[in-house]
Amino acid sequence: MAFENETKLWLSGNEAIALGAWEAGVRVASGYPGTPSTEIMGNLSRCEGVYTEWAPNEKVGLEVAIGASFAGARALATMKHVGLNVAADPLFTAAYTGVRGGLVILNADDPQMHSSQNEQDNRNYAFAAKLPLLEPSDPAEAKQMIVRAYELSEQLDTPVIMRITTRIAHVRGVVEKGTRSATPEPSIEKAPAKLVMLPGNARVRRVAVEKRMQAARDLAETLPENRIEPGTGRRGFITSGVPYNYVKEAFPDAPVLKLGMVWPLPEKMIRAFAATVDELIVVEELDPFIETHLKAMGIACRGKDLIPNQGELNSFIVRKAIAPETVGEIFAPLELPMRPPNMCAGCPHRGLFYGLSRMKDVFVSGDIGCYTLGFLPPLSAMDACVCMGASISMAHGMAKALGKQGEGRIVAVLGDSTFMHSGITGLLNMVYNGTYASVIILDNRTTAMTGHQDNPASGRSILGEAAPALDLEALCRTLGVKRVTVVNPHDVEATRKVLKEEIETPEPSVIISRAPCVLLPEEVKRKKPVYCTNLDNCTGCSLCVQMGCPAISWTPLTPEEAVARGYREKQKGFARIAEVQCNGCGQCACVCKFDAITKKEAK
Amino acid sequence: MKQSGNILFSGVGGQGILLASELTAHAQLAAGFDVKKSEVHGMAQRGGSVEAHLRYGEKVYSPLIELGAADILVAFEILEAVRYLPYLHRDSAVVVNTQKILPPAVALGRATYPENILDELTARHIKVVAIDAFAVAESVGELRTANVAMVGAMSNFLAVEPEVFLQVIDDTVKERFREVNKKAFAAGRAAVYA
Repeated sequence: MAFENETKLWLSGNEAIALGAWEAGVRVASGYPGTPSTEIMGNLSRCEGVYTEWAPNEKVGLEVAIGASFAGARALATMKHVGLNVAADPLFTAAYTGVRGGLVILNADDPQMHSSQNEQDNRNYAFAAKLPLLEPSDPAEAKQMIVRAYELSEQLDTPVIMRITTRIAHVRGVVEKGTRSATPEPSIEKAPAKLVMLPGNARVRRVAVEKRMQAARDLAETLPENRIEPGTGRRGFITSGVPYNYVKEAFPDAPVLKLGMVWPLPEKMIRAFAATVDELIVVEELDPFIETHLKAMGIACRGKDLIPNQGELNSFIVRKAIAPETVGEIFAPLELPMRPPNMCAGCPHRGLFYGLSRMKDVFVSGDIGCYTLGFLPPLSAMDACVCMGASISMAHGMAKALGKQGEGRIVAVLGDSTFMHSGITGLLNMVYNGTYASVIILDNRTTAMTGHQDNPASGRSILGEAAPALDLEALCRTLGVKRVTVVNPHDVEATRKVLKEEIETPEPSVIISRAPCVLLPEEVKRKKPVYCTNLDNCTGCSLCVQMGCPAISWTPLTPEEAVARGYREKQKGFARIAEVQCNGCGQCACVCKFDAITKKEAK
Repeated sequence: MKQSGNILFSGVGGQGILLASELTAHAQLAAGFDVKKSEVHGMAQRGGSVEAHLRYGEKVYSPLIELGAADILVAFEILEAVRYLPYLHRDSAVVVNTQKILPPAVALGRATYPENILDELTARHIKVVAIDAFAVAESVGELRTANVAMVGAMSNFLAVEPEVFLQVIDDTVKERFREVNKKAFAAGRAAVYA
């Protein structure tokens, strides 16, 4: 669905950025899916004349983009904020080599952690790696700004970070259409003194980095994306990114210095603006990044003493922090049952986690993906989750710390895409250094959490074309794991047996829990059976309810109601399957011992 | 004609909120407004509470509605209407689908679904329009149009002419679903004063 006229389009920030990258003449783009950045690569893959790919992780993605830049092409790497941690190694040294074709790192932060494990502020990377960073305020600006980012990258011979947040990525707005720029043809051109970073060369480039940042600092003073919006009153604001909108809503008449380039800062412009106001307030989300650097310049300002340094801002928070007297009374929230996300009806992960939930003595070292929801009640079957791939290495570390007492009690759980992202080296370490811990790879044939992107094991490229599919069993054996077992997690009983046996084994073992995600298009289309409850047989044991399937609900009964329904007086209630929600996995039928759940074949 | 406003959509992942908010955004664009809309993807779509903020006016900066500033709340589920109470003000209109979807704690028998919870809104003088959107959708012969029926009901509270919405459906919905969606819109719109 698209609103479109001669000059304008209605796009999400991620769609706008993809279009902007295309207009900028980008030829090569690589990335790893991560909310809220994911849809940029998906949209760009549908543009003519751009090579796009899903890389196994963000480090690989950025290195691919660096290579394309060295070949003279404009290149893009996309990632979520924590992805830049993975890609930090190439990032810091690409700052020294500089670029040939323009290179932009599109980084999406997630204040409020809508879909993330932390809310780090990646503007700090620009300071630490000595790179320019641009920050747009809305989809329209994001589209224009990425074009500017490529110009700056080539002009200053540097990678450029463009930082967005969730409220750009997943906000829709009206953007202006443009056309694709012509860019030079890629070619091989050797420049070893610039591109081979061994100490002798790197020391020379270190000097170039400082020169370039000084040039960027000078350029920042006249960059159109840094602008003073005059206003009335003696209170002025310095702001950037999405918070600019909140300042404009809360204080529409106030003078504002809007920074489009947040690093390096235009010191002269800031001093000149500060001189025109009596009170200077910095409004920024998360860390006091601009504020800290203003204070280092000796410029008096307020910031995080007023504005929260945690979570997402909005115009209400900004208004209340600065002018509390202007905020009226708000209805207080009511206490209601929460509605957290849940694994879908028919999710293969549920069968596996049900098995783990029955092994109370086992520590489950978890990882990042849909299956992190295995933490939630009623399954409550995850005991740690830190970052992509960490499940395996943490399990190894626990086993080494615990020694004998941890035997048969340590298991790592991670998804297929997460395993390929950064679990393989952890498993190699386990084999090399020895362990009794086990690893479960939840192979649902896709990268599900971020919206079903293909990956090196799915057998398809980003364009849906046939691609070699990694053989997970063969890989694990090649790494030296002797015990590799494949289970179907919908067969709950067989899965439990394998879990028990493999977790108890005192040598490295891998269990591949394999069944496709129910949301994959081919699974959605597939004719599936439906399970229904035979209420006469239900004894109210609640085993099926304890699986936490959204299609199964519990109806409590009083003793009188129980008797009236023909149950024993002691029966506390009964379980029922909502057939419209059932995806036919049959896990509940596996656990029911009373023949109260039966299968109806698909019509 | 109202020159600016805030419409909040709320419900449970998978109920068709994104499509409903898209239709509304396109209608406001067609009426000549600047529009911004904020959605949440990722983890929130796995059956959890979901919301979409739509703001329109001559020039819209913030993509988020302030607390106490939603003029209209379109809620696809009863609890998800009441959950957003802090966004409402005394003159807000709440269009709510009377469907109940049990939150996990209720489905597990560890909490109860509160009875007559919409009274909490009317007690605060908030206008509540309760619609059985599935019954409306069923009456036009396609259960999957419940979300468009909700947009129809909501359209009573906007200055945008219903023809603008019908045109948007013509322009954006696949041909074989167009007529049934237009019927659902009209039936939803009529249901408010039925």
